[in-house]
Amino acid sequence: MSLFDHKVSELHELLHKKELKVSDLVEESYKRISEVDDKVQAFLTLDEDRARGAAKSLDENQDSTKGLLYGMPIGIKDNIVTKGLRTTCASKILENFDPIYDATVVQKLQQAETVTIGKLNMDEFAMGSSNENSRFQKTRNPWNLERVPGGSSGGSAASVAAGEVLFSLGSDTGGSIRQPAAFCGVVGMKPTYGRVSRFGLVAFASSLDQIGPITRTVEDNAYLLQAISGIDAMDSTSANVEVPNFAAALTGDVKGLKIAVPKEYLGEGVQESVRESVLNALKVLEAQGAVWEEVSLPHSKYALAAYYLISSSEASANLARFDGVRYGYRTPNAENLLDLYKKTRAEGFGDEVKRRIMLGTFALSSGYYDAYYKKAQKVRTLIKQDFEQVFEKYDVIIGPTTPTPAFKIGENIADPLTMYVNDILTIPVNLAGVPGISVPCGFDNGLPLGLQIIGKHFDEATVYRVAHAFEQATDYHKQKPEL
Amino acid sequence: MSRISTDQVKHVANLARLALTEEEAEKMTKQLDAIITFAEQLNELDTENVEPTYHVLDMKNVLREDTPQPGLPREEVLKNAPEHQDGQFKVPSILGE
Repeated sequence: MSLFDHKVSELHELLHKKELKVSDLVEESYKRISEVDDKVQAFLTLDEDRARGAAKSLDENQDSTKGLLYGMPIGIKDNIVTKGLRTTCASKILENFDPIYDATVVQKLQQAETVTIGKLNMDEFAMGSSNENSRFQKTRNPWNLERVPGGSSGGSAASVAAGEVLFSLGSDTGGSIRQPAAFCGVVGMKPTYGRVSRFGLVAFASSLDQIGPITRTVEDNAYLLQAISGIDAMDSTSANVEVPNFAAALTGDVKGLKIAVPKEYLGEGVQESVRESVLNALKVLEAQGAVWEEVSLPHSKYALAAYYLISSSEASANLARFDGVRYGYRTPNAENLLDLYKKTRAEGFGDEVKRRIMLGTFALSSGYYDAYYKKAQKVRTLIKQDFEQVFEKYDVIIGPTTPTPAFKIGENIADPLTMYVNDILTIPVNLAGVPGISVPCGFDNGLPLGLQIIGKHFDEATVYRVAHAFEQATDYHKQKPEL
Repeated sequence: MSRISTDQVKHVANLARLALTEEEAEKMTKQLDAIITFAEQLNELDTENVEPTYHVLDMKNVLREDTPQPGLPREEVLKNAPEHQDGQFKVPSILGE
Protein backbone atom coordinates (compact mmCIF):
# COMPACT_ATOMS: atom_id res chain seq x y z
CA MET A 1 0.00 0.00 0.00
CA SER A 2 1.35 3.38 -1.01
CA LEU A 3 0.22 6.74 0.31
CA PHE A 4 -0.47 7.58 -3.34
CA ASP A 5 -3.20 4.94 -3.45
CA HIS A 6 -5.23 7.56 -1.61
CA LYS A 7 -7.07 10.31 -3.40
CA VAL A 8 -6.18 13.95 -2.85
CA SER A 9 -9.28 14.46 -0.71
CA GLU A 10 -8.28 11.56 1.58
CA LEU A 11 -4.69 12.72 1.95
CA HIS A 12 -5.93 16.22 2.66
CA GLU A 13 -8.14 14.87 5.42
CA LEU A 14 -5.21 12.95 6.94
CA LEU A 15 -3.02 16.08 6.84
CA HIS A 16 -5.77 18.12 8.37
CA LYS A 17 -6.23 15.66 11.22
CA LYS A 18 -2.44 15.64 11.68
CA GLU A 19 -2.28 11.92 11.07
CA LEU A 20 0.06 12.61 8.18
CA LYS A 21 2.77 15.17 7.45
CA VAL A 22 3.72 16.75 4.16
CA SER A 23 7.22 15.36 4.78
CA ASP A 24 5.74 11.83 4.76
CA LEU A 25 4.30 12.48 1.31
CA VAL A 26 7.54 13.93 -0.03
CA GLU A 27 9.61 11.08 1.44
CA GLU A 28 7.19 8.56 -0.03
CA SER A 29 7.96 10.07 -3.45
CA TYR A 30 11.73 10.00 -3.12
CA LYS A 31 11.71 6.53 -1.56
CA ARG A 32 9.68 5.13 -4.44
CA ILE A 33 11.87 6.94 -6.97
CA SER A 34 14.99 5.42 -5.41
CA GLU A 35 13.36 1.99 -5.57
CA VAL A 36 11.99 1.97 -9.10
CA ASP A 37 13.27 4.85 -11.19
CA ASP A 38 16.39 3.04 -12.36
CA LYS A 39 13.89 0.75 -14.11
CA VAL A 40 11.19 3.26 -15.13
CA GLN A 41 13.53 6.21 -15.84
CA ALA A 42 10.76 8.79 -15.64
CA PHE A 43 12.73 11.59 -13.97
CA LEU A 44 15.37 13.77 -15.61
CA THR A 45 16.02 16.05 -12.64
CA LEU A 46 15.06 15.82 -8.96
CA ASP A 47 14.54 18.85 -6.72
CA GLU A 48 15.15 17.09 -3.40
CA ASP A 49 16.61 19.89 -1.31
CA ARG A 50 13.93 22.42 -2.16
CA ALA A 51 11.14 19.82 -1.88
CA ARG A 52 12.29 18.73 1.57
CA GLY A 53 12.66 22.36 2.64
CA ALA A 54 9.18 23.16 1.37
CA ALA A 55 7.73 20.13 3.17
CA LYS A 56 9.38 21.20 6.42
CA SER A 57 8.02 24.70 6.22
CA LEU A 58 4.54 23.53 5.21
CA ASP A 59 4.54 21.14 8.18
CA GLU A 60 5.62 23.93 10.52
CA ASN A 61 2.86 26.22 9.24
CA GLN A 62 0.31 23.40 9.38
CA ASP A 63 -1.90 25.45 7.18
CA SER A 64 -3.71 22.57 5.53
CA THR A 65 -7.02 24.39 5.83
CA LYS A 66 -5.74 26.52 2.96
CA GLY A 67 -6.54 24.23 0.09
CA LEU A 68 -6.92 20.66 -1.06
CA LEU A 69 -3.61 20.52 -2.88
CA TYR A 70 -1.59 21.75 0.11
CA GLY A 71 1.56 19.63 0.40
CA MET A 72 0.75 17.25 -2.47
CA PRO A 73 3.86 15.99 -4.33
CA ILE A 74 3.82 16.67 -8.06
CA GLY A 75 6.06 15.95 -11.05
CA ILE A 76 6.37 18.44 -13.91
CA LYS A 77 7.05 17.68 -17.57
CA ASP A 78 10.43 19.05 -18.57
CA ASN A 79 9.08 21.52 -21.13
CA ILE A 80 7.42 23.63 -18.42
CA VAL A 81 9.90 26.15 -17.05
CA THR A 82 10.72 26.09 -13.35
CA LYS A 83 12.83 28.88 -11.89
CA GLY A 84 16.18 27.59 -10.66
CA LEU A 85 15.35 24.02 -11.68
CA ARG A 86 16.98 22.73 -14.89
CA THR A 87 14.49 22.55 -17.77
CA THR A 88 15.76 20.66 -20.81
CA CYS A 89 12.82 19.65 -23.05
CA ALA A 90 14.86 16.41 -23.16
CA SER A 91 17.10 18.16 -25.69
CA LYS A 92 20.87 18.57 -25.81
CA ILE A 93 20.29 22.13 -26.94
CA LEU A 94 18.84 22.96 -23.48
CA GLU A 95 20.90 20.46 -21.48
CA ASN A 96 22.05 23.03 -18.93
CA PHE A 97 19.21 25.56 -19.17
CA ASP A 98 18.40 27.14 -15.80
CA PRO A 99 15.13 29.11 -16.17
CA ILE A 100 14.91 32.54 -14.59
CA TYR A 101 11.14 32.54 -14.17
CA ASP A 102 8.32 30.09 -13.46
CA ALA A 103 5.60 29.12 -15.93
CA THR A 104 2.17 30.43 -14.94
CA VAL A 105 1.01 26.90 -14.09
CA VAL A 106 4.01 26.53 -11.76
CA GLN A 107 3.16 29.82 -10.06
CA LYS A 108 -0.39 28.59 -9.63
CA LEU A 109 0.85 25.34 -8.10
CA GLN A 110 2.94 27.38 -5.69
CA GLN A 111 -0.15 29.32 -4.67
CA ALA A 112 -1.89 25.99 -4.09
CA GLU A 113 1.26 24.93 -2.15
CA THR A 114 1.98 21.67 -3.90
CA VAL A 115 5.55 20.36 -3.65
CA THR A 116 7.53 19.90 -6.87
CA ILE A 117 9.43 16.59 -6.75
CA GLY A 118 11.28 16.91 -10.06
CA LYS A 119 11.15 17.18 -13.84
CA LEU A 120 9.89 14.41 -16.08
CA ASN A 121 11.25 12.87 -19.24
CA MET A 122 9.58 13.41 -22.61
CA ASP A 123 10.20 13.18 -26.32
CA GLU A 124 12.56 15.98 -27.35
CA PHE A 125 10.53 19.21 -27.59
CA ALA A 126 7.38 17.06 -27.19
CA MET A 127 7.83 15.56 -30.66
CA GLY A 128 7.12 11.87 -30.42
CA SER A 129 4.79 9.19 -29.14
CA SER A 130 7.12 6.88 -27.22
CA ASN A 131 9.74 8.88 -25.28
CA GLU A 132 12.34 7.24 -27.52
CA ASN A 133 13.12 10.72 -28.88
CA SER A 134 14.44 11.92 -25.51
CA ARG A 135 18.13 12.77 -25.91
CA PHE A 136 18.86 11.53 -22.38
CA GLN A 137 17.01 8.32 -21.52
CA LYS A 138 14.21 6.00 -22.54
CA THR A 139 11.35 5.94 -20.05
CA ARG A 140 9.79 2.50 -19.71
CA ASN A 141 6.17 1.49 -19.31
CA PRO A 142 5.66 0.46 -15.64
CA TRP A 143 3.26 -2.28 -16.79
CA ASN A 144 5.88 -3.89 -19.00
CA LEU A 145 9.42 -2.59 -19.05
CA GLU A 146 9.95 -3.78 -22.63
CA ARG A 147 7.21 -1.40 -23.79
CA VAL A 148 7.11 2.34 -24.32
CA PRO A 149 5.17 4.54 -21.88
CA GLY A 150 3.80 6.58 -24.80
CA GLY A 151 4.62 10.18 -25.43
CA SER A 152 5.43 12.83 -25.48
CA SER A 153 4.44 13.13 -21.78
CA GLY A 154 5.74 9.59 -21.15
CA GLY A 155 7.60 10.49 -17.95
CA SER A 156 4.53 12.28 -16.61
CA ALA A 157 2.29 9.23 -17.14
CA ALA A 158 4.84 6.59 -16.10
CA SER A 159 5.74 8.41 -12.86
CA VAL A 160 2.09 8.48 -11.78
CA ALA A 161 1.48 4.84 -12.80
CA ALA A 162 4.63 3.76 -10.93
CA GLY A 163 3.55 5.56 -7.74
CA GLU A 164 6.55 7.91 -7.79
CA VAL A 165 4.34 10.99 -7.46
CA LEU A 166 0.70 11.55 -6.64
CA PHE A 167 0.12 13.37 -9.92
CA SER A 168 1.87 15.30 -12.66
CA LEU A 169 1.55 17.89 -15.38
CA GLY A 170 2.00 17.09 -19.04
CA SER A 171 1.39 18.90 -22.30
CA ASP A 172 -0.65 17.78 -25.30
CA THR A 173 -0.20 18.98 -28.89
CA GLY A 174 -1.55 15.95 -30.77
CA GLY A 175 -2.24 13.46 -27.98
CA SER A 176 0.82 13.82 -25.77
CA ILE A 177 -1.16 13.65 -22.50
CA ARG A 178 -3.93 11.23 -23.49
CA GLN A 179 -1.85 8.63 -25.37
CA PRO A 180 0.70 8.04 -22.56
CA ALA A 181 -2.13 8.12 -19.99
CA ALA A 182 -3.84 5.33 -21.96
CA PHE A 183 -0.61 3.32 -22.29
CA CYS A 184 0.16 3.65 -18.57
CA GLY A 185 -3.37 3.11 -17.20
CA VAL A 186 -3.86 6.56 -15.67
CA VAL A 187 -6.18 9.54 -16.23
CA GLY A 188 -4.97 12.30 -18.56
CA MET A 189 -6.87 15.44 -19.57
CA LYS A 190 -6.16 17.79 -22.45
CA PRO A 191 -8.25 20.85 -21.62
CA THR A 192 -9.91 23.15 -24.14
CA TYR A 193 -7.38 25.28 -26.03
CA GLY A 194 -7.16 28.50 -24.02
CA ARG A 195 -8.30 27.00 -20.68
CA VAL A 196 -4.77 26.88 -19.22
CA SER A 197 -2.07 29.51 -19.72
CA ARG A 198 0.81 28.43 -21.94
CA PHE A 199 3.17 31.06 -20.52
CA GLY A 200 6.37 29.20 -19.66
CA LEU A 201 5.49 26.12 -21.70
CA VAL A 202 8.33 25.85 -24.22
CA ALA A 203 6.35 26.23 -27.44
CA PHE A 204 6.05 23.40 -29.97
CA ALA A 205 2.90 24.29 -31.96
CA SER A 206 1.33 27.37 -30.50
CA SER A 207 -2.18 26.90 -31.91
CA LEU A 208 -2.38 23.33 -30.57
CA ASP A 209 -0.32 23.09 -27.34
CA GLN A 210 -2.14 22.83 -24.04
CA ILE A 211 -0.98 21.88 -20.53
CA GLY A 212 -3.04 19.38 -18.54
CA PRO A 213 -3.09 17.04 -15.52
CA ILE A 214 -2.23 13.34 -15.27
CA THR A 215 -3.62 11.58 -12.19
CA ARG A 216 -4.78 8.24 -10.80
CA THR A 217 -8.45 9.26 -10.54
CA VAL A 218 -10.87 11.54 -12.34
CA GLU A 219 -11.60 13.42 -9.11
CA ASP A 220 -7.93 14.27 -8.55
CA ASN A 221 -7.71 15.32 -12.18
CA ALA A 222 -10.57 17.79 -11.72
CA TYR A 223 -8.88 19.29 -8.65
CA LEU A 224 -5.56 19.72 -10.41
CA LEU A 225 -7.12 21.28 -13.51
CA GLN A 226 -9.05 23.64 -11.23
CA ALA A 227 -5.77 24.86 -9.74
CA ILE A 228 -4.06 25.62 -13.06
CA SER A 229 -6.97 27.02 -15.16
CA GLY A 230 -7.85 30.60 -15.98
CA ILE A 231 -7.01 33.62 -18.05
CA ASP A 232 -3.46 34.97 -17.82
CA ALA A 233 -2.21 38.38 -18.90
CA MET A 234 1.05 36.69 -19.96
CA ASP A 235 -0.71 34.47 -22.54
CA SER A 236 -2.95 36.37 -24.93
CA THR A 237 -4.42 33.07 -26.17
CA SER A 238 -5.67 32.12 -22.71
CA ALA A 239 -9.43 32.56 -22.76
CA ASN A 240 -11.50 34.98 -20.76
CA VAL A 241 -14.01 32.30 -19.82
CA GLU A 242 -15.30 31.50 -16.37
CA VAL A 243 -13.71 28.46 -14.72
CA PRO A 244 -16.50 26.35 -13.23
CA ASN A 245 -16.11 24.13 -10.18
CA PHE A 246 -15.06 20.93 -11.96
CA ALA A 247 -15.40 18.70 -8.88
CA ALA A 248 -19.04 19.79 -8.53
CA ALA A 249 -19.71 18.10 -11.87
CA LEU A 250 -18.78 14.68 -10.47
CA THR A 251 -22.37 13.74 -9.67
CA GLY A 252 -22.29 10.19 -11.01
CA ASP A 253 -25.41 11.00 -12.99
CA VAL A 254 -25.34 10.35 -16.74
CA LYS A 255 -29.04 9.65 -17.20
CA GLY A 256 -30.20 10.93 -20.59
CA LEU A 257 -26.66 11.82 -21.64
CA LYS A 258 -26.26 11.65 -25.42
CA ILE A 259 -23.06 9.99 -26.59
CA ALA A 260 -21.79 10.05 -30.17
CA VAL A 261 -19.50 7.22 -31.27
CA PRO A 262 -17.69 8.06 -34.52
CA LYS A 263 -17.49 5.04 -36.81
CA GLU A 264 -14.07 6.28 -37.94
CA TYR A 265 -12.76 5.75 -34.39
CA LEU A 266 -13.64 2.04 -34.37
CA GLY A 267 -12.69 1.28 -37.94
CA GLU A 268 -9.63 0.15 -39.79
CA GLY A 269 -6.38 0.06 -37.85
CA VAL A 270 -8.07 -0.15 -34.45
CA GLN A 271 -7.17 -3.40 -32.72
CA GLU A 272 -10.00 -5.78 -31.77
CA SER A 273 -9.23 -5.72 -28.02
CA VAL A 274 -9.42 -1.92 -28.12
CA ARG A 275 -12.74 -1.94 -29.98
CA GLU A 276 -14.19 -4.44 -27.49
CA SER A 277 -13.11 -2.41 -24.47
CA VAL A 278 -14.82 0.67 -25.89
CA LEU A 279 -18.05 -1.22 -26.65
CA ASN A 280 -17.98 -2.58 -23.09
CA ALA A 281 -17.51 0.93 -21.74
CA LEU A 282 -20.53 2.08 -23.74
CA LYS A 283 -22.56 -0.73 -22.14
CA VAL A 284 -21.47 0.46 -18.70
CA LEU A 285 -22.65 3.98 -19.47
CA GLU A 286 -25.83 2.69 -21.10
CA ALA A 287 -26.66 0.77 -17.92
CA GLN A 288 -26.52 4.10 -16.11
CA GLY A 289 -29.04 5.70 -18.42
CA ALA A 290 -26.87 7.23 -21.13
CA VAL A 291 -27.73 6.63 -24.77
CA TRP A 292 -25.28 6.29 -27.65
CA GLU A 293 -25.46 6.35 -31.41
CA GLU A 294 -22.97 5.90 -34.18
CA VAL A 295 -22.03 9.10 -36.00
CA SER A 296 -19.49 10.13 -38.60
CA LEU A 297 -16.58 12.58 -38.40
CA PRO A 298 -15.98 12.29 -42.14
CA HIS A 299 -12.72 14.23 -42.31
CA SER A 300 -10.96 12.21 -39.58
CA LYS A 301 -8.68 10.44 -42.04
CA TYR A 302 -7.20 13.77 -43.14
CA ALA A 303 -6.39 14.94 -39.62
CA LEU A 304 -2.98 13.30 -39.43
CA ALA A 305 -1.67 14.93 -42.61
CA ALA A 306 -3.12 18.34 -41.69
CA TYR A 307 -1.66 18.04 -38.20
CA TYR A 308 1.88 17.25 -39.35
CA LEU A 309 1.92 20.18 -41.74
CA ILE A 310 0.47 22.66 -39.23
CA SER A 311 2.38 21.52 -36.14
CA SER A 312 5.69 21.26 -37.99
CA SER A 313 5.23 24.70 -39.56
CA GLU A 314 4.56 26.25 -36.17
CA ALA A 315 7.47 24.30 -34.66
CA SER A 316 9.88 25.52 -37.33
CA ALA A 317 9.06 29.10 -36.33
CA ASN A 318 9.04 28.45 -32.57
CA LEU A 319 12.33 26.58 -32.56
CA ALA A 320 14.11 29.33 -34.48
CA ARG A 321 14.94 30.86 -31.08
CA PHE A 322 17.45 28.09 -30.33
CA ASP A 323 20.47 29.62 -32.02
CA GLY A 324 23.28 29.32 -29.47
CA VAL A 325 23.30 33.04 -28.67
CA ARG A 326 21.12 33.80 -25.65
CA TYR A 327 20.85 30.42 -23.92
CA GLY A 328 21.45 26.75 -24.47
CA TYR A 329 24.12 24.79 -26.29
CA ARG A 330 26.59 26.53 -28.59
CA THR A 331 28.87 24.66 -31.01
CA PRO A 332 32.57 25.05 -30.20
CA ASN A 333 33.42 24.85 -33.94
CA ALA A 334 31.95 27.99 -35.49
CA GLU A 335 33.86 30.16 -37.94
CA ASN A 336 31.29 32.93 -38.23
CA LEU A 337 27.77 33.73 -37.05
CA LEU A 338 25.91 31.84 -39.79
CA ASP A 339 28.12 28.83 -39.19
CA LEU A 340 27.40 29.12 -35.47
CA TYR A 341 23.65 28.96 -36.01
CA LYS A 342 23.82 26.01 -38.37
CA LYS A 343 26.25 23.89 -36.40
CA THR A 344 24.68 24.69 -33.04
CA ARG A 345 21.28 23.56 -34.30
CA ALA A 346 22.66 20.53 -36.17
CA GLU A 347 24.52 19.35 -33.06
CA GLY A 348 21.87 20.39 -30.54
CA PHE A 349 18.68 18.96 -32.07
CA GLY A 350 17.87 15.27 -32.52
CA ASP A 351 16.69 13.61 -35.74
CA GLU A 352 12.92 13.88 -35.23
CA VAL A 353 13.13 17.55 -34.28
CA LYS A 354 15.27 18.29 -37.34
CA ARG A 355 12.83 16.40 -39.56
CA ARG A 356 9.91 18.46 -38.32
CA ILE A 357 11.78 21.75 -38.59
CA MET A 358 12.63 20.80 -42.18
CA LEU A 359 9.04 19.79 -43.01
CA GLY A 360 7.70 22.99 -41.45
CA THR A 361 10.24 25.23 -43.15
CA PHE A 362 9.41 23.56 -46.48
CA ALA A 363 5.63 23.92 -45.97
CA LEU A 364 6.05 27.62 -45.16
CA SER A 365 8.57 28.37 -47.88
CA SER A 366 7.90 30.48 -50.92
CA GLY A 367 5.96 28.58 -53.59
CA TYR A 368 4.73 25.86 -51.22
CA TYR A 369 2.85 27.87 -48.60
CA ASP A 370 -0.55 27.71 -50.34
CA ALA A 371 -0.23 24.09 -51.42
CA TYR A 372 0.73 22.74 -48.01
CA TYR A 373 0.37 25.08 -45.04
CA LYS A 374 -2.74 26.95 -46.14
CA LYS A 375 -4.33 23.79 -47.51
CA ALA A 376 -3.81 22.12 -44.10
CA GLN A 377 -5.41 25.09 -42.32
CA LYS A 378 -8.45 24.80 -44.59
CA VAL A 379 -8.73 21.09 -43.84
CA ARG A 380 -8.50 22.03 -40.18
CA THR A 381 -11.69 24.06 -40.66
CA LEU A 382 -13.46 20.99 -42.09
CA ILE A 383 -12.33 18.86 -39.14
CA LYS A 384 -13.48 21.50 -36.67
CA GLN A 385 -16.86 21.65 -38.43
CA ASP A 386 -17.22 17.86 -38.13
CA PHE A 387 -17.04 18.25 -34.36
CA GLU A 388 -19.40 21.24 -34.29
CA GLN A 389 -22.03 19.32 -36.23
CA VAL A 390 -21.90 16.32 -33.91
CA PHE A 391 -22.00 18.52 -30.82
CA GLU A 392 -25.23 20.13 -32.03
CA LYS A 393 -26.97 16.85 -31.14
CA TYR A 394 -24.71 15.09 -28.64
CA ASP A 395 -23.12 15.89 -25.26
CA VAL A 396 -19.87 13.97 -25.68
CA ILE A 397 -17.98 11.93 -28.25
CA ILE A 398 -16.51 8.61 -27.13
CA GLY A 399 -13.93 6.34 -28.73
CA PRO A 400 -10.60 4.72 -27.96
CA THR A 401 -7.60 6.90 -27.08
CA THR A 402 -5.18 4.81 -29.14
CA PRO A 403 -5.59 2.15 -31.84
CA THR A 404 -3.40 -0.35 -29.92
CA PRO A 405 -1.96 -0.83 -26.43
CA ALA A 406 1.67 0.18 -25.73
CA PHE A 407 4.08 -1.10 -28.37
CA LYS A 408 7.59 -2.44 -27.85
CA ILE A 409 10.56 -0.15 -27.48
CA GLY A 410 12.26 0.03 -30.88
CA GLU A 411 9.23 -1.31 -32.76
CA ASN A 412 8.15 1.89 -34.54
CA ILE A 413 11.11 4.22 -34.21
CA ALA A 414 12.67 3.44 -37.62
CA ASP A 415 9.71 4.71 -39.66
CA PRO A 416 8.38 8.18 -38.80
CA LEU A 417 5.05 7.60 -40.55
CA THR A 418 4.27 4.39 -38.61
CA MET A 419 4.99 6.23 -35.39
CA TYR A 420 2.71 9.11 -36.40
CA VAL A 421 -0.27 6.75 -36.90
CA ASN A 422 -0.39 6.25 -33.13
CA ASP A 423 -2.00 9.62 -32.78
CA ILE A 424 -4.83 9.32 -35.33
CA LEU A 425 -7.54 9.28 -32.64
CA THR A 426 -6.18 12.13 -30.53
CA ILE A 427 -4.99 14.61 -33.17
CA PRO A 428 -8.45 15.73 -34.40
CA VAL A 429 -9.23 16.92 -30.85
CA ASN A 430 -6.27 19.33 -30.87
CA LEU A 431 -7.12 20.58 -34.36
CA ALA A 432 -10.66 21.38 -33.18
CA GLY A 433 -9.41 22.80 -29.86
CA VAL A 434 -11.94 20.83 -27.79
CA PRO A 435 -11.20 19.06 -24.47
CA GLY A 436 -10.51 15.31 -24.27
CA ILE A 437 -9.69 12.89 -21.47
CA SER A 438 -8.32 9.36 -21.41
CA VAL A 439 -9.48 7.05 -18.61
CA PRO A 440 -8.51 3.39 -18.06
CA CYS A 441 -11.05 1.04 -19.68
CA GLY A 442 -9.46 -2.39 -19.80
CA PHE A 443 -6.38 -4.49 -20.38
CA ASP A 444 -4.93 -6.48 -23.26
CA ASN A 445 -2.40 -9.07 -22.09
CA GLY A 446 -1.62 -6.99 -19.02
CA LEU A 447 -1.31 -3.72 -20.96
CA PRO A 448 -3.76 -0.90 -20.11
CA LEU A 449 -6.26 0.50 -22.62
CA GLY A 450 -7.72 4.00 -22.62
CA LEU A 451 -11.21 5.34 -23.26
CA GLN A 452 -11.29 8.80 -24.81
CA ILE A 453 -14.14 11.14 -23.91
CA ILE A 454 -14.31 14.37 -25.91
CA GLY A 455 -16.44 17.41 -25.03
CA LYS A 456 -17.55 20.75 -26.36
CA HIS A 457 -15.36 23.85 -26.09
CA PHE A 458 -14.94 24.77 -22.40
CA ASP A 459 -17.18 21.92 -21.28
CA GLU A 460 -14.58 19.94 -19.33
CA ALA A 461 -17.24 19.61 -16.62
CA THR A 462 -19.36 17.23 -18.72
CA VAL A 463 -16.27 15.29 -19.79
CA TYR A 464 -15.33 14.83 -16.12
CA ARG A 465 -18.91 13.85 -15.20
CA VAL A 466 -18.93 11.05 -17.77
CA ALA A 467 -15.38 9.94 -16.98
CA HIS A 468 -16.16 9.84 -13.26
CA ALA A 469 -19.42 7.91 -13.72
CA PHE A 470 -17.56 5.33 -15.81
CA GLU A 471 -14.69 5.13 -13.35
CA GLN A 472 -17.02 4.62 -10.37
CA ALA A 473 -18.70 1.70 -12.14
CA THR A 474 -15.40 -0.04 -12.96
CA ASP A 475 -12.17 -0.90 -11.18
CA TYR A 476 -9.58 -0.57 -13.96
CA HIS A 477 -8.14 2.52 -12.29
CA LYS A 478 -7.50 0.55 -9.11
CA GLN A 479 -5.12 -1.89 -10.82
CA LYS A 480 -1.44 -1.22 -10.27
CA PRO A 481 1.63 -2.42 -12.12
CA GLU A 482 4.06 -4.72 -10.29
CA LEU A 483 7.53 -3.27 -10.30
CA MET B 1 8.03 10.96 -59.05
CA SER B 2 9.72 12.39 -56.03
CA ARG B 3 8.14 15.42 -54.38
CA ILE B 4 11.37 16.97 -53.20
CA SER B 5 14.96 16.86 -54.47
CA THR B 6 18.18 16.77 -52.48
CA ASP B 7 18.96 20.26 -53.78
CA GLN B 8 15.65 21.51 -52.42
CA VAL B 9 16.38 19.83 -49.09
CA LYS B 10 19.72 21.66 -48.94
CA HIS B 11 17.96 24.95 -49.72
CA VAL B 12 15.37 24.35 -46.98
CA ALA B 13 18.13 23.33 -44.53
CA ASN B 14 19.82 26.65 -45.22
CA LEU B 15 16.56 28.53 -44.55
CA ALA B 16 16.14 26.54 -41.33
CA ARG B 17 19.76 27.19 -40.35
CA LEU B 18 20.57 23.50 -40.04
CA ALA B 19 23.92 22.10 -41.17
CA LEU B 20 23.40 18.79 -43.00
CA THR B 21 26.09 16.43 -44.27
CA GLU B 22 25.67 15.04 -47.79
CA GLU B 23 24.56 11.73 -46.30
CA GLU B 24 22.03 13.39 -43.97
CA ALA B 25 20.64 15.45 -46.85
CA GLU B 26 20.01 12.30 -48.87
CA LYS B 27 18.35 10.50 -45.98
CA MET B 28 16.25 13.59 -45.20
CA THR B 29 15.17 13.78 -48.86
CA LYS B 30 13.78 10.24 -48.72
CA GLN B 31 12.00 10.81 -45.42
CA LEU B 32 10.51 14.18 -46.35
CA ASP B 33 9.44 12.78 -49.69
CA ALA B 34 7.47 10.03 -47.91
CA ILE B 35 5.84 12.50 -45.50
CA ILE B 36 4.98 15.00 -48.24
CA THR B 37 3.55 12.23 -50.43
CA PHE B 38 1.42 11.18 -47.48
CA ALA B 39 0.34 14.79 -46.90
CA GLU B 40 -0.79 15.17 -50.48
CA GLN B 41 -3.90 13.12 -49.69
CA LEU B 42 -5.28 16.49 -48.57
CA ASN B 43 -5.65 17.29 -52.27
CA GLU B 44 -8.53 14.82 -52.41
CA LEU B 45 -10.58 17.48 -50.62
CA ASP B 46 -12.13 20.43 -52.39
CA THR B 47 -11.33 23.42 -50.17
CA GLU B 48 -12.03 26.11 -52.74
CA ASN B 49 -14.57 27.95 -50.56
CA VAL B 50 -13.25 26.96 -47.13
CA GLU B 51 -11.72 29.58 -44.85
CA PRO B 52 -8.47 28.52 -43.16
CA THR B 53 -8.46 28.08 -39.35
CA TYR B 54 -5.34 29.66 -37.88
CA HIS B 55 -6.75 29.75 -34.38
CA VAL B 56 -9.65 27.79 -32.88
CA LEU B 57 -10.99 30.40 -30.51
CA ASP B 58 -12.98 33.36 -31.67
CA MET B 59 -10.63 36.04 -30.39
CA LYS B 60 -8.51 38.71 -31.96
CA ASN B 61 -6.52 41.79 -31.04
CA VAL B 62 -6.07 41.05 -27.36
CA LEU B 63 -4.86 44.38 -25.99
CA ARG B 64 -3.60 45.64 -22.65
CA GLU B 65 -2.64 48.97 -21.16
CA ASP B 66 0.85 49.99 -22.28
CA THR B 67 2.32 50.62 -18.86
CA PRO B 68 6.08 50.60 -18.31
CA GLN B 69 7.32 47.68 -16.22
CA PRO B 70 10.81 46.53 -15.30
CA GLY B 71 12.21 43.81 -17.58
CA LEU B 72 14.15 40.79 -16.46
CA PRO B 73 17.37 41.63 -14.57
CA ARG B 74 20.34 41.71 -16.94
CA GLU B 75 22.62 39.47 -14.82
CA GLU B 76 19.89 36.86 -14.61
CA VAL B 77 19.29 36.92 -18.34
CA LEU B 78 22.99 36.62 -19.15
CA LYS B 79 23.62 33.67 -16.87
CA ASN B 80 22.31 31.18 -19.47
CA ALA B 81 24.25 32.79 -22.33
CA PRO B 82 27.06 30.64 -23.79
CA GLU B 83 29.25 33.77 -24.00
CA HIS B 84 28.78 37.34 -22.86
CA GLN B 85 30.85 40.44 -22.35
CA ASP B 86 30.17 43.90 -20.92
CA GLY B 87 26.55 43.00 -20.24
CA GLN B 88 25.91 41.86 -23.80
CA PHE B 89 25.62 38.58 -25.70
CA LYS B 90 28.83 37.79 -27.55
CA VAL B 91 28.83 36.18 -31.00
CA PRO B 92 31.55 35.48 -33.59
CA SER B 93 32.22 37.83 -36.47
CA ILE B 94 29.18 38.49 -38.63
CA LEU B 95 31.03 39.54 -41.77
CA GLY B 96 32.93 36.94 -43.78
CA GLU B 97 36.45 37.46 -45.02
